[in-house]
Amino acid sequence: MTSRNGFSKNEMMIAASARQLEGERVCFVGVGLPNIVCSLAQRTVSPELDLVFESGVYGAQPARLPLSIGDPTLVTGSTAVTSMFELFAYYLQAGLIDVAFLGAAQIDRFGNINTTVIGDYAKPKVRLPGSGGAVEIAINARKIFVIMRQSQRSFVERIHFRTSPGHSGDPAHDSSRGWFGSGPSVVVTDLGIYEPDETGELTLVSLHPGATLEDVRESMGWEPKVVGEVVETPSPTEDELRLIREELDPDGIYTK
Amino acid sequence: MPGKVTTMQQAIADLVRDGDTVAIEGFTHLICFAAGHEIVRQGKRDLTLCRMTPDVIYDQMVAGGVARKLVFSWLGNPGVGSLHAIRRRVESEDPGPLEIEEYSHFGMVCRYVAGAANLPFFPIRSYFESDLPKANPRIVPVTSPYEDGEQLYAVPPLRPDVTIVQAQRADANGDSQIWGLLGCQKEAAFAADRVIVVVEEVVDESIIRRDPNRTVIPGLIVDAVVHEPYACHPSFAQGYYDRDNAFYLGWDEIAREAETLEQWLKEWVYDLSSHSDYVEKMGAEHWERLTPAEHLSGEVNYGDYSMPPGGAAPVGGGGS
Repeated sequence: MTSRNGFSKNEMMIAASARQLEGERVCFVGVGLPNIVCSLAQRTVSPELDLVFESGVYGAQPARLPLSIGDPTLVTGSTAVTSMFELFAYYLQAGLIDVAFLGAAQIDRFGNINTTVIGDYAKPKVRLPGSGGAVEIAINARKIFVIMRQSQRSFVERIHFRTSPGHSGDPAHDSSRGWFGSGPSVVVTDLGIYEPDETGELTLVSLHPGATLEDVRESMGWEPKVVGEVVETPSPTEDELRLIREELDPDGIYTK
Repeated sequence: MPGKVTTMQQAIADLVRDGDTVAIEGFTHLICFAAGHEIVRQGKRDLTLCRMTPDVIYDQMVAGGVARKLVFSWLGNPGVGSLHAIRRRVESEDPGPLEIEEYSHFGMVCRYVAGAANLPFFPIRSYFESDLPKANPRIVPVTSPYEDGEQLYAVPPLRPDVTIVQAQRADANGDSQIWGLLGCQKEAAFAADRVIVVVEEVVDESIIRRDPNRTVIPGLIVDAVVHEPYACHPSFAQGYYDRDNAFYLGWDEIAREAETLEQWLKEWVYDLSSHSDYVEKMGAEHWERLTPAEHLSGEVNYGDYSMPPGGAAPVGGGGS
């Protein structure tokens, strides 16, 4: 849905996330929004970006929008197709992934992520898909980006299951963990952009055009930290909107 | 053609037994739905079904009543949402309980690697500060025996009684070649006691020997070869037919209610005698629509060493 701003919430999230990929080289991608974000970054701020898919593809050049991370279009024309062992062991675990996208059903103020269950593990109210590669991605990728709409249901004080670890809240502990990963380095929502402060707590640094602090507070389960000078996220440019609408998602599957 | 070539009915009847641990692998690509349907048709019971991503195939098999337990790492309909039949069993024991044993993708891959390599466990850098080891006590902390004493997590080997993998082609002995996404077909096959390979084409051994780097599974470990075109549908075989995304999207609606799912199973599994009936019922136009345009690989030179290298020059000659 295009708002009075002339662009949709998802288009704002995509443009804001793509700009965050400037200077990155090797990116572990998911389907849906992250895939469009990476494709946009390749065409704007980060032409050298290599796309890696957990299905075992390095250097993908998808010719169509993939529904799943195992779409055949990811294979044709890619740099390398590997076994999943190689992908996870040699690319991810060995530290070659600069940035990876994670999704979340629930996220807490330190960027801990639940994708496993709502309710009790043994008797769940809602059984979610589980980790997939998320736990090892959170631990082994050098940066984690999260893109998700925020709501009282998803931004919660206490997640029901910690599938993937974020920041612990104790900087001394975080720096002694000895992993490449260290919790989300940026969370882009439909309302704004959060970055971890020195303790790892997600802190609002930017509000999207039209969004207010009130909107933010009403759509999360804790009182958010806010930087002194919250800036306004620059609107998607004409070029970004043209690429999204004409090339990356012409049917508006993920962007309407 | 004989060798190990047999029908799907025969292969499943001979090699899949009630109570078995069964892996039908394939990561999005090369998932052998036809084998799953035949297992349902034959009314196998109490199976432990293993797959990284149970996918629609295990939703169908669980609904078909063949499973006692599920071993997995990502339980969803890729790009679509939930697997409703499995969720009903897990959330409300409807129509009965389903035991689960849950890992992550890397954990599952390494379980197959440990099984294939005859190791008692496999150490990985995962699960730190996650609740997964609490949910699954078979994910265990382990310390490096060397000076650094690093803390890792171990996963146990997975050794299926039967692994069923799809490949694009094999010879009659089961020497199988795969291109496109490899998933953990190789690891799951080497880890298993019995292996069924299902292929789009059975080819002459000379075709396999022409490009040995493409051979993923040797006939040495294969018990049966089944020639079954379109056996992956709605999954896909790279270069042969596309993933049927419309089917995956439509499955969400079908599986949401137990009744519509049961009706689907009746129409597409129980009332058919084999996968060739399924292919015929789907109709030629459907397959036409899923057939991709050609995109051939380049060729490489393996070299012919039956004659001395260096063309006409005598062996050992050419120096001065």
